[in-house]
Amino acid sequence: MTDDDRIFRALADPTRRHLLDRLFERDGRTLTELESELEMTRFGVMKHLRVLEEAGLVLTRRSGREKLHYLNPVPIRLIHDRWIDKYRERQVSALADLKSELEDTA
Amino acid sequence: MSTMTEQATQVYAVFIRATPEQVWDAITKPEFTTKYFHGTKIESSFEPGTPYLSVAGDRDETVVDGEIVESDPPRMLRHTWRALYDPETAEEPHSRVTWEIEAQEGGVTKLTVTHDQLEAAPKTAESVAGGWSYVLSGLKTLLETGKPLSTESM
Repeated sequence: MTDDDRIFRALADPTRRHLLDRLFERDGRTLTELESELEMTRFGVMKHLRVLEEAGLVLTRRSGREKLHYLNPVPIRLIHDRWIDKYRERQVSALADLKSELEDTA
Repeated sequence: MSTMTEQATQVYAVFIRATPEQVWDAITKPEFTTKYFHGTKIESSFEPGTPYLSVAGDRDETVVDGEIVESDPPRMLRHTWRALYDPETAEEPHSRVTWEIEAQEGGVTKLTVTHDQLEAAPKTAESVAGGWSYVLSGLKTLLETGKPLSTESM
């Protein structure tokens, strides 16, 4: 599995996207905090967090006895640069071509 | 990322197909930083206690200042950080940036950036929250392709 595969796979699940949104609102949360907002077992939440960690979307830091979870937005940025910017550019240039073509024939 | 609330600690990581030495050079040499760090040159001797400066390439204006706290090439660099490019962030106390470089299997290096001690610097926290992703994405692209990220075409 490539890095991109892992990221898309991680993002393909609504619970995992929800967890990312929670961390986007406030970073550095414990499993207990993240779990309290979900109708899911602790084990289930842990499993989802592990997939997010493997994709590099969540990073963990120890703080005393607690393990804190942080959102890492860099992989999403990489996906953006690789998969969104490129196609947007083509769309823009296609519109620019259309404009010059229409204006030339007018 | 304007809706993101300010965080006292922010952590970012990226995997780069490069050696730890190459990553270290990309962080510490101005000829690299100008290509991915908003066009700024880094200026420092990287000795603990000496200044860490980030200078806007075209107008010799210091946009970030700080001090080297710890330097262990090619594994770790830690320095303080005060953003001078905005009058509001310039008034805030220094925060701290730690770069950690770890070799992984298969010729890949993990670079982790931790920006912390932002408790008293909420404007800085907000300002850098979107910026680090852009900088690290650009650093990865530069090291893996030899080219800077194409600048916005629109």
